Amino acid sequence: MKYIDEYRDGKLAKNIARQIAHEARPEISYHFMEFCGGHTHAISRYGLEDLLPDNVRMIHGPGCPVCVLPIGRIDAAIALAMRPGITLCTYGDLMRVPGSRGASLLKAKAGGADIRMVYSTLDALRIAEAEPDREVVFFAIGFETTTPPTALALRAAVKKDLKNFSIFCNHVLTPAAIQNILESPDVRKLGTVKIDGFIGPAHVSTVIGTEPYDFFAEEFQKPVVVAGFEPLDVIQAILMLVRQINEGRHEVENQYIRAVTAQGNLKAQAEVAEFFELRDSFEWRGLGEVPYGALRLRPQYSHFDAEKRFSMETPKAHDNPACECGAILRGVKHPADCKLFGTVCTPDNPMGSCMVSSEGACAAHWTYGRFREHAKSRNRKIEGAVA
Amino acid sequence: MNVALTTPVKRKLDIKNGRVDMSHGAGGRTMGQLIEDIFHKAFDNDWLRAGNDQSAFAVPAGRMVMTTDGYVVSPLFFPGGNIGSLAVHGTINDIAMSGARPLYLSASFIIEEGFPLSDLDRIAKTMGDASREAGVPIITGDTKVVERGKADGVFISTAGVGILPENIDMRSNAAQPGDIAILSGTIGDHGVAVMSKRENLEFETDILSDTASLHTLVAAMVNVGGSAIRLMRDPTRGGIAATLNEIAHQSAVGFRIREDSIPLKPGVEGACEFLGLDPLNVANEGKLVAVVAPEMADTVLVAMREHPLGQDAAIIGQVVEDTHCFVQMETSFGGGRIVDWLSGEQLPRIC
Repeated sequence: MKYIDEYRDGKLAKNIARQIAHEARPEISYHFMEFCGGHTHAISRYGLEDLLPDNVRMIHGPGCPVCVLPIGRIDAAIALAMRPGITLCTYGDLMRVPGSRGASLLKAKAGGADIRMVYSTLDALRIAEAEPDREVVFFAIGFETTTPPTALALRAAVKKDLKNFSIFCNHVLTPAAIQNILESPDVRKLGTVKIDGFIGPAHVSTVIGTEPYDFFAEEFQKPVVVAGFEPLDVIQAILMLVRQINEGRHEVENQYIRAVTAQGNLKAQAEVAEFFELRDSFEWRGLGEVPYGALRLRPQYSHFDAEKRFSMETPKAHDNPACECGAILRGVKHPADCKLFGTVCTPDNPMGSCMVSSEGACAAHWTYGRFREHAKSRNRKIEGAVA
Repeated sequence: MNVALTTPVKRKLDIKNGRVDMSHGAGGRTMGQLIEDIFHKAFDNDWLRAGNDQSAFAVPAGRMVMTTDGYVVSPLFFPGGNIGSLAVHGTINDIAMSGARPLYLSASFIIEEGFPLSDLDRIAKTMGDASREAGVPIITGDTKVVERGKADGVFISTAGVGILPENIDMRSNAAQPGDIAILSGTIGDHGVAVMSKRENLEFETDILSDTASLHTLVAAMVNVGGSAIRLMRDPTRGGIAATLNEIAHQSAVGFRIREDSIPLKPGVEGACEFLGLDPLNVANEGKLVAVVAPEMADTVLVAMREHPLGQDAAIIGQVVEDTHCFVQMETSFGGGRIVDWLSGEQLPRIC
């Protein structure tokens, strides 16, 4: 596949891997967080960890839109969908995210709610046009990448004067979450998470550019390398991070120059600014309340805001106490540290959100990488036998 | 005029513009006409001409196999085939995967009121052609009509019987460490062809469904490989990922496969890329995976490549000892990963 295979070239990967092994200093232990679920997925899907030396480790970050959505928002969406006259349109990933008491949109659909899986915001818009008697609500989630399409759908709805279309807005912001992680006690005081640098978002950065990360590099003295989602992008970014650490630098570097500029996509940013404004605070699963960490519709477009239009409430809801999604999203724990992982929580029966989306750390580890756990325990057994 | 003595004029079935209505399933003359003009005409053979509710046939000595399958694909027509081709090929393949020679099929139709007769006729003709080409006649059938909204166009069930050659006894638990896994050709063609015509998902592609009867390929393989072919499966729903995992679990072994060795058309690769799908999970309707004893693997592979449906056949990996029954793959990038069953539903009603 042209323009794709080039970024998955096994020979080039081995060269870069050799370079990393050569340059990584044995006395240093390197810990890098890939913020995005897209990177997590690429790392697991291509077995990238097998190519890294033991002292270069990746920590999975919270950049999976489905994973960070708190249970209360799922509960609110289910409650809305159960109301007569409502058609809730949603991306497929959200269908299986567990809400409170084992509920999910999938189960609500089976129970008679009109919930439809769509591939884009525009599909939802088309449904609203075709079925004027239905109140069509789009369950909008995602980072800065998916916000511009929602804004475009809103612009189209304004133009067409659609009266039966609205948005349940759950769009969240990346820089606020990175700041939240860097300021968390785990990183700053307790030292339970060692983060030496970040692989910065790929698609998000095409929209917001690299400038928003300058603050982290400066204030927290952590290098950030913005990288694409292909495996060669990721491994090259790791080499760039290793070099920054070795040279004592903490800069924002752009590996993804084929798509990302310093300023990003100004047109998309303007479109988003037209329709959305910052929320003072928004709950992220795993991170808790994140100040200015999410968007809502501006007051002049409140008739498109499902929360206002249908007086929706977000109930307080708690994760299963044994579920470690929160700690995993902060990078404090690894999926295999969770007691539920692979026992009662699997992609077929997810208990926590990290097991639902293919971008979630648990789903990626379960689907692609869990053989490593068994290999490790087997090696331990063999070592024990030898001792 | 004495009404009782007049013979009603037999109206021709308006296949071009007509639609199925409830009377076509009511057991009366209208139903008889539908069966006669569409199904019997398309499937034409002595058994159907006999007009019985069942068909008798002679049974040779030995072991027989029997299978049944339902077809609910959406859309009904897709590039490279339609629900009718699947209904014939799918059931023939289920028989063939045991190493058996398929003999006869049955076909049962559940039709939604309002379904265009022209579409039904097209589907029946495809089935007739597919069954004649395969040499496996459809010798009995059934027709039901349900109210509008209670089905989606037409659902088809076919059953089939076949006869096993002597000494062939393939079992799902027969894979042994050291055995070789052979795939008969490119993966994901059917799934991508169907998806390209799905509502809300439509995209342009020149990929055709690979729907085909595999029994002649199987016969060629069994002819050279005999009992060295431990087992065969057609990787339909869930793709080769599901098939390899099923075999691994049933045989209590693992697989080690290489991503580079799996035949894949660029068009399928591209479609999967932008749809976010793994081709290993995408459905096939004319491919098989065979697990073969290592000493005969090359011989079987050569025989497969000589058959039109096995030209792209390739050794994709081997069976290993593994108490966890993992299917592990060396990625083209150089790292390792698991190839797992797909979770949830990738695409409902693919076959």
